[in-house]
Amino acid sequence: MDLQVKTIAQLTAEGQSVDVLFWVGCAGSFDDRAKKITRAFAKILQHCEVNFAVLGTEEGCTGDPAKRAGNEFAFQMAAHMNIEILNGYGVKNIVTTCPHCFNILKNEYPGLGGSYDVVHHTTFLQNLINEGRVKLTDADVFKGRRITYHDSCYLGRANGIYEAPREVLAQLDTELVEMKSCKSKGLCCGAGGAQMWKEDEPGKERINTRRSREMADTKADIVAANCPFCITMLRDGVSKQNLEGEMHVFDLAELVAAGQGIQDINLD
Amino acid sequence: MEPIQIIQILAFLLLTTLALVVSGKKYVGIYRNISMGKSEESAPNRILRWKNMLRIALGQGKMFANLPVAILHLCVYVAFVFTQIELIEIFADGITGSHRILYNSIQSSWFTGLYTAIISTIEVLSLLALIATFFFLARRNMLSIPRFRKAEMEGWPHRDANIILYWEIVLVTCIFLMNGADAALHPDEYGFVISSNLGPSLLGSFSENTLHLLERIGWWGHITGVFVFLIYLPYSKHLHILLAFPNTFYARQRPAGHIENLESVTQEIKLMMNPDTAFAAADPSAEIPTFGAKDIGDLTWKNLLDAYSCTECGRCTDQCPANLTGKKLSPRKVMMDTRDRMEELAAFRKSSGEEHDGKSLLSEEYVSVEELRACTTCNACVEACPVMINPLDIIIQMRRNLILEQSNSPEEWNALFNSIENSNAAWAFPASDRLKWTEN
Repeated sequence: MDLQVKTIAQLTAEGQSVDVLFWVGCAGSFDDRAKKITRAFAKILQHCEVNFAVLGTEEGCTGDPAKRAGNEFAFQMAAHMNIEILNGYGVKNIVTTCPHCFNILKNEYPGLGGSYDVVHHTTFLQNLINEGRVKLTDADVFKGRRITYHDSCYLGRANGIYEAPREVLAQLDTELVEMKSCKSKGLCCGAGGAQMWKEDEPGKERINTRRSREMADTKADIVAANCPFCITMLRDGVSKQNLEGEMHVFDLAELVAAGQGIQDINLD
Repeated sequence: MEPIQIIQILAFLLLTTLALVVSGKKYVGIYRNISMGKSEESAPNRILRWKNMLRIALGQGKMFANLPVAILHLCVYVAFVFTQIELIEIFADGITGSHRILYNSIQSSWFTGLYTAIISTIEVLSLLALIATFFFLARRNMLSIPRFRKAEMEGWPHRDANIILYWEIVLVTCIFLMNGADAALHPDEYGFVISSNLGPSLLGSFSENTLHLLERIGWWGHITGVFVFLIYLPYSKHLHILLAFPNTFYARQRPAGHIENLESVTQEIKLMMNPDTAFAAADPSAEIPTFGAKDIGDLTWKNLLDAYSCTECGRCTDQCPANLTGKKLSPRKVMMDTRDRMEELAAFRKSSGEEHDGKSLLSEEYVSVEELRACTTCNACVEACPVMINPLDIIIQMRRNLILEQSNSPEEWNALFNSIENSNAAWAFPASDRLKWTEN
């Protein structure tokens, strides 16, 4: 079934205000795996009757990979265009399912004239749970499952958010086991700094291969993540460990949506 | 005053002057080298900065990620700080040609008690420091701890680390020789917790003359050792004992993920976007902006202070995902290269009187393209540093230079930039596809 999601342009034309803009991001828009996360989070927002909208065709890349690669020019041009659109609609609150978009919108856009209240969806979910708006009525789908959590660099070290996602996971009926490197010592998935877009430099192994060994050591059924790029890398790692079918990589939004009973989840 | 005393006073004054002049010159040089950097954004929030300095530099807050090592390091550190109290009396004795001037001139029981307590504390701390030093030597030379065995540690950096540890042993040995011989000469005095027990029993059989000589060897050995240390410090990796303080104070306070926007690019874009300036003839007198960092002068003074503050412990490299998976990048090497290049450039300027030697930090000789490309900007190195050094900031600035000044970019990244510039997306999808996720 198609999701009925309004763009901010539509709502503005209808004379309606928007409480929060859902910034989908390029991965969430174009990557087939990440699109499922976008859908799950949008379903949660709809289920909780959050007054939200997306930019749709007016959204552009935040410029994060360009900036981290060193192309400050491409970044600032992209930021410039996005800020014009966001300010044009008078956007005040932004939620995003991508920690890279979150970091750059929150930290680097203000200096270029784009100041918004930006939260990552894990924090948003934690707030919804705390307010009692998300009820995990079907959390028993996770009963007896072991779950481990992968800290993305841009949510964790970059912005110091380690607890919100763990508190969300604590609401599920699972056992949380930490990997060897976690929280402020969490090991990168290997995608950041625009590595996602190019081949690795020569070395012994890929970074996600190393991470996948730590994942395998936890013997978890589920690896929870908060970043579409991490998810690509971690899934690749799962197949390197020949754990397909035994270890599943999901975004927190997908787990919460399944716990709410508004989205199916395949754990087999 | 006896002639031997006068000779000793003169020798002491000569030695002190020599040490201060030689080391002073070097320290001024380091200040000048750091000043080769560009200006740094201002340092707001002084209170938080003082707190950081107290917690992280003075309190060693970030060392405790590894408790056993933190305790060993704390022993050496506290002993070093506390021994400076004894140094006050050593100085006073040296200048006046006296012996334990504080102890002998203030004859009240409470002061004698305090004096004994302080010297005893120093002795206990020195013993702990000595034990820690042996552990450190063993860790560095006998155990195969990966961060001590990386390529950038071969040769001088490895020797430098050992020299400091050996020197620590010399300094502590001299203190105990001085106190022990003194205690053997005056077995009923002092009551130092270690020397007054061990001194008389180990050295008691020596003649009074020999004990006097041993006490003098200890005294002169210690003060000479301190001076040698003072001069050696700026040549070694060990400057962190001083620079950790300003470095933690001036460290940036914003979230680690926040990389500053390049002001020169913002200005360029403003000019481009403004119809009044976009088509106007360029002002020939205007300075052509450069983007990113190629050499020392392009970095900020804080980057350079970072480089001098680095003690090459390698906690950054130990956490770097690129390094852990066998790539050439090592954040510690970036800091060591920055310092080495800074020294090279400063020496060239001094000897030739010219500005630039044609070499640069961003080069195969120092930090190579391959190293810079391997960084995932994950901030693990920044998080790991016990004295708040930021290697990532230098890496990003050099990456900017590669792309914006040298057009040196892998093909795949060019495709990424094209996508962002032409389709407003990180992959070349049309904007009309942006809502496809809603369809099922």
